[in-house]
Amino acid sequence: MNDENMVNDKNTMNDHGTQPAKAQASQSVEELPGHHGRGDIEQSRGRLPERFANPGLPPHVHRLADFDEKAASRAERQVATLFSISMLATLAFLVAYFAIDQETYAFVPGIGQANLSNLVLGLTLGLSLLCIGLGAVHWAKTLMPDIEVAEDRHPQRSSDEARGRAVETVMAGGDASQLARRPLIKYTLGGALGLFALPLVVQVAGGLGPMPKADLSTTFWRKGMRLMRDSSVPTPIKASDVTIGSVFHVMPEGIEKSEHLLEEKGKAAVVLMRLEPNLIKVAKEREWGHEGIVAYSKICTHVGCPVGLYEQQTHHLLCPCHQSTFDVTQDCEVIFGPAKRALPQLKITIDSEGYLVADSPFREAVGPSFWERG
Amino acid sequence: MSPTSTPHGAAGLRAKDSKPTPAKGPMAKAGGIANWVDERSGAAKASTLLRKVFPDHWSFMLGEIAMFSLVILLITGTFLTFWFVPSAGTVIYNGSYVPLKGISMSEAFKSTVDISFDVRGGLIIRQIHHWSALMFTVSIMVHMLRVFFTGAFRKPREVNWVIGTLLSLLAINEGFTGYSLPDDLLSGTGLRAAEGFMQSVPVIGSYLAYAVFDGAFPGEAIIPRLFTVHVLLLPAIIVGLFTAHIVLVAVHKHTQYPGPGRTNDNVVGFPMMPVYMAKAGGFFFIVFGITALMAALVTINPIWLYGPYEPSAVTAGAQPDWYMGFADGALRLFPGFTEYELFGFTLSLNVFIPSLVVMPLLYGIAGAYPFIEAWVTGDKREHHLLDRPRNAPTRTGLGVMALSFYLILFLAAGNDLIAIKLSLSINDITRAFQIMLIVVPPLAYWVTKRICLSLQRRDRDLVLHGRETGRLVRTADGKFFEVHEPLPEHERWALVQHETPTPLQLTAGVDANGVRRSGGLKERLRGKVSNFYFAEGVQPVTPAELTAAHHNGAAGEAIAPGRDADAPVWVGQLHGGADERPSADAYARHENARKDEVDP
Repeated sequence: MNDENMVNDKNTMNDHGTQPAKAQASQSVEELPGHHGRGDIEQSRGRLPERFANPGLPPHVHRLADFDEKAASRAERQVATLFSISMLATLAFLVAYFAIDQETYAFVPGIGQANLSNLVLGLTLGLSLLCIGLGAVHWAKTLMPDIEVAEDRHPQRSSDEARGRAVETVMAGGDASQLARRPLIKYTLGGALGLFALPLVVQVAGGLGPMPKADLSTTFWRKGMRLMRDSSVPTPIKASDVTIGSVFHVMPEGIEKSEHLLEEKGKAAVVLMRLEPNLIKVAKEREWGHEGIVAYSKICTHVGCPVGLYEQQTHHLLCPCHQSTFDVTQDCEVIFGPAKRALPQLKITIDSEGYLVADSPFREAVGPSFWERG
Repeated sequence: MSPTSTPHGAAGLRAKDSKPTPAKGPMAKAGGIANWVDERSGAAKASTLLRKVFPDHWSFMLGEIAMFSLVILLITGTFLTFWFVPSAGTVIYNGSYVPLKGISMSEAFKSTVDISFDVRGGLIIRQIHHWSALMFTVSIMVHMLRVFFTGAFRKPREVNWVIGTLLSLLAINEGFTGYSLPDDLLSGTGLRAAEGFMQSVPVIGSYLAYAVFDGAFPGEAIIPRLFTVHVLLLPAIIVGLFTAHIVLVAVHKHTQYPGPGRTNDNVVGFPMMPVYMAKAGGFFFIVFGITALMAALVTINPIWLYGPYEPSAVTAGAQPDWYMGFADGALRLFPGFTEYELFGFTLSLNVFIPSLVVMPLLYGIAGAYPFIEAWVTGDKREHHLLDRPRNAPTRTGLGVMALSFYLILFLAAGNDLIAIKLSLSINDITRAFQIMLIVVPPLAYWVTKRICLSLQRRDRDLVLHGRETGRLVRTADGKFFEVHEPLPEHERWALVQHETPTPLQLTAGVDANGVRRSGGLKERLRGKVSNFYFAEGVQPVTPAELTAAHHNGAAGEAIAPGRDADAPVWVGQLHGGADERPSADAYARHENARKDEVDP
């Protein structure tokens, strides 16, 4: 920083206009000129200093317990009482720990049903700790000395001699090691130190996980798979079961036998709705559905939360995480929120028994965006 | 110990050993132990630490809350590891919480439910741990605000500010890894989103996500990996940085608020032994006690109600813990049109920026601030006296600006809750937050700065004219005026002790021969920023001004310097003056003074 280019027009100021605390307080401004402090240096306007001088510590006000023995012993008793309450609370904790059954619930005003064990253990533990703290602080505030003391500060910067010695030591050490004189050592050491961490980095980075390959772009869905209700007992869905306005959470047939169940579910989840066919504004959406029944990926194209909320009246799908809103009448285009892409549609049809089946796998990657999703 | 050897053998050497005067009673034993320790460590030399003086102020306890919460977290966290099973392996629940019986879940979730229902006192430890994590993060944040607004980050404490910023950043990530461990539906959804964040990284996103999760989300690796990060990696770094933080506090000695007797060269307060030992030690128990009471009375993170994680399920009202709120809010507000497809590749800035750029960016700006301000002021002095926030109007304004930005992001994370509670449209609320995020911070800056300047002028007014006593006096010639009582010297000091920097004045950007100086551009920028910071400075009252006010009965208030130097001179209101001098005299002077005051 080139300070010479700048002129600070207040170059006469001192460090906060301060002076040592020990200095006697001056009584009024008019007396300042006779006062010996740093403020004196700055007398520029007649007799008055440029800045006020630090008046020093104000007179100490004693506490009651400092001169009244009665007040002092009262404070002592208060502290002892707090410590005693702590002991009692600790004992109560121990009793409650063994006496209160884990499955007892009690009604507590303002809280409602509460686990009694947790409540009593917490209250007694809290009280036991709190009373130690309150007692100690009360002790410090009433009985321990409350006269403030001043300690001098010293600049962080070392003295010039100390700095000189430090430089000398380092230089001497450098010379003694002959590092400067032997460049071969210097460069090879630099190289070795620069490289030694690589094996560790490569090992951990290389071993953390597999390559994604096409994993993010494919799901469990295959042509002909039935759409199953997403529940502990999956059942296929007949087109006739899907009434107007209803919504089904769907998984592909056979997913429960998958080796990586949660991973597959995380990509394959589908939401199924039926609209009046004339409400559907996009021809592709109508074609990929079946008589107004349409299936869309349930995984939000923003960051992958399940798009869990369906508004029957407006035909909007809403993601509860960040409120991206998809319009089912417009091929699940984003109409609000931070997502950009429409939810991918699953092309469906019915099989010979009237059950809904996938007519093809997803044609694009489901879920959040990634660089090479294309 | 003297290094000289004596020729008298071992006995002679021992003769020189100091023989402590034998103490009697219980002190004898303590003295014996102390002697034993000191002979092996020289610990007595460090006893000056016990006399170290700490200044007293409630705002200095914010950092203490953070420190004590860290200790509570380490204690309760260690307990929790005894029962928690960091595994994604699937089990069927058969514990004592009936609604979950027979449900398939991860071992991590099951063990967390077991801690809550089957380990005696387990729930209280779990709840203390979680409440304490919230206390930890909130106290760090408020402590940071205190340090910022009082200018405690200035030289020599810049590095400690950076360490503190890092600690704050690590703390919220430690919190995130912690609440993700139970593998419940809520935190699992959070992890799902985190995986989405990683995927959004340009070019390497999917590789990064597959590396972190060891394949597709959720996989079985993430829980044990988070566990290692949460109980080993981050705590080790946090404890290490915290140690450096506290050592630097001891080396620098604590800052203090300005006041009579307090200078830049001293520290006024109470000694460590016994007062701070009792106060700070007691405060640890108070913090622990209050945390335990909260854990007893208020349920936190009832994972048994959320149920185990299930990729296709989700709960409405999915909010992270408060300290991740700002990042979640950023995700909700960042517009979707910032995702682009270029040459067949997807650049998902709508996710990447709010999730992975905003947090390091905000913390980076915070960490860099001391260096920016030091560059602007060119101030190379050490500062141990804190600023009153009003006395640094631009800094305070910038701080409030950043704070308002943060708060809007934080509130935006609750846009769905606000919509439900207030029966408003979620779309309107989100739009409003998007607009507010741009409009409010500059406004907050401007308003805060004006308030600071006004408060400074009020301080001047108080010093110059004293307090209104409410006593009206009628002079011989029928004029009324109110008697003002001057401030006592010790009270006045706090209002006049600060210095108000003036903007750096640019000397010509060319030298005597008309050749442009090198670095002129940088210096011009510096001059501009300095002007932005200090152009409107309000100078503290000088003794001369005070004397003039007393003699005239009214002070001409040219608020020097900068732009306000051109502002119209305003004349102080009628007042009595310190010593109730003959008022006719004062007013006679006052009338004359009015004409003269224009000339400073």
